[in-house]
Amino acid sequence: MRVCVVGCGAVGSLFAAHLAQLEDVEVWAFDLAQEHVAAINRDGLRLTGAGDVVGRLRATSDAAELPACDFGIVATKAMHTSAAIAATAHVFAGGCVATVQNGLGNEEAIAEHAARVIRGTTFPAGKIVAPGHVQWDVKGDTTFGPFEPKPAPADEIERLADACTRGGMPTHAVADARGPQWRKVIFNASTNPIGALTGLTHGRVCEDTALRALVTALVDEGKAVAAAQDIVLDADPEELIDHAARPEVAYDHKASMLQDVEARRLTEIDYLNGGIVRFGDEHGVATPHNRAIWALVRGLERSW
Amino acid sequence: MRVCVVGAGSIGSLFAAHLATVGEVLVLTRRDDHARALNEQGLRVSGRHDFTARVTAASDARDLPDFDLGIVATKANGVEQAAESIGGKFARATIMTVQNGLGAEEIVRAHGRWPLISGVTFMSGTKHSDTHVEYILDTPTWIGPYDGTPFEEVEDVARLLVDSGLKAEALPDLRPAQWSKLIFNATVNGVAALTGLPHDAHFAAEEDIGDLGHLVHELVDEGKRVAAAAGVELHDDPWEMNVLATKRGSAHYPSMLEDVEARRPTEVELINGALVREARRHSVAAPLQTAVYRLVRAREASYS
Repeated sequence: MRVCVVGCGAVGSLFAAHLAQLEDVEVWAFDLAQEHVAAINRDGLRLTGAGDVVGRLRATSDAAELPACDFGIVATKAMHTSAAIAATAHVFAGGCVATVQNGLGNEEAIAEHAARVIRGTTFPAGKIVAPGHVQWDVKGDTTFGPFEPKPAPADEIERLADACTRGGMPTHAVADARGPQWRKVIFNASTNPIGALTGLTHGRVCEDTALRALVTALVDEGKAVAAAQDIVLDADPEELIDHAARPEVAYDHKASMLQDVEARRLTEIDYLNGGIVRFGDEHGVATPHNRAIWALVRGLERSW
Repeated sequence: MRVCVVGAGSIGSLFAAHLATVGEVLVLTRRDDHARALNEQGLRVSGRHDFTARVTAASDARDLPDFDLGIVATKANGVEQAAESIGGKFARATIMTVQNGLGAEEIVRAHGRWPLISGVTFMSGTKHSDTHVEYILDTPTWIGPYDGTPFEEVEDVARLLVDSGLKAEALPDLRPAQWSKLIFNATVNGVAALTGLPHDAHFAAEEDIGDLGHLVHELVDEGKRVAAAAGVELHDDPWEMNVLATKRGSAHYPSMLEDVEARRPTEVELINGALVREARRHSVAAPLQTAVYRLVRAREASYS
């Protein structure tokens, strides 16, 4: 079985390096960062932190070099999905394409170019510390399921999930993967931009009762949009938010969106709060708070 | 007629210098070196007008003689300290406030039984040094009676301001103008502080679904509903004030944006806080103004 990871940043690297541990899987990585690609081809792809892994795989910035693949795993930032899948879709003509990205709308963008799509949500996280070297910060599960309008066959989804699990990335194949996805989206959309707009860590956002009430207003809108689509969340985002606020969990964590804002990088706001607003509009659910937060963070991006 | 200006920021300096051309002007400063510089060098105005005025300055109210009119021209969050410094003294004086937001009059009232005049000013200036202010926008100052002050007295003060070269108008009821500016300020200052954007064309843009103008418009509409519930008929439509200001082409940096960038306390309590409290008092929903208020307060909390 041949897998190509499209977008070999931190999360893409976690999948690529782990899958490369398997005898029966040939791994390719497509990424535009030339130094990263050169380092992977020269020294392998190295993970340190939550585990030490070195994966031997082929990396390229030229989509023409990619062979036909059974699976794609798209792991770019959400704003690059369309360009990334448009460049690589030819190698998945006979295969299935999964997303492990943040936010809403990635499956739809992939489905414009691919026939069989896998909806995915992943919790592991890390960061690139040097070309070819990723620090693995957080372990966690991944969920795969069919993208309903253009579904991958269930046995193919299971085949990919099984490979990921055997490689060291615990992954579940489920019939409906929307619950975990919306749980993560609601969590991120309700907390990340609040950190980005105020400069506060997750714990401090949560201990300011007025601000915590604003978080709840955002969560409630997200839940209403999910419910309007008959999506059953696999956990209550409120509980996850309070859990993360504990000192031993993520009290001092600066949301990735705050880190993006401090570094003046474009955020994924269009796919988080913007996604909730768009799905809300489609299903007749009002999302005034998410709309306001979306506009504020977009404004912030435009101030640079 | 002897006038005392309390607080010599840009607005206080503009009042003091102009009034000194038609009468005797005292200036009460916070810093001793500021008072000394004013006494030694006078107060220079450039920009729309060009002159240097002689003023008598002190940093301790006990060093000041009696006066007829006191103008409290500090920032909204400096009113308490300013009122305290003149409290129990200057029994013959009438006191005028010109702060942004609502509530400055009540704060002053708690420190003395002086006749009060409410003011709202649209003029603007930039302080280049302790003794030099540039007069930028010569838009008017509107004043009205507060708590039963005779209107004739308000008219006298307006005449004095006009004689000094400033634009001013006496209104029997100031609340329509005060509320127009309150809604405008809560919206524009709050959004600017959170996004980092100066007051530019983004604030009036309503083309795409995620454009900032939608949020600005909704914030203004919430404010208008609060004003209506409070029985105030607005003098100007804050949305039109917003559009007009963005068309002037000189992207103005609202003071709340300057404050958060310098990590100073902002006027959020007396502007956004006042509007949110009025909404609650009149049982009007103002969810987005409430969100902006909480976010700006949280931004202040992030300084430490």
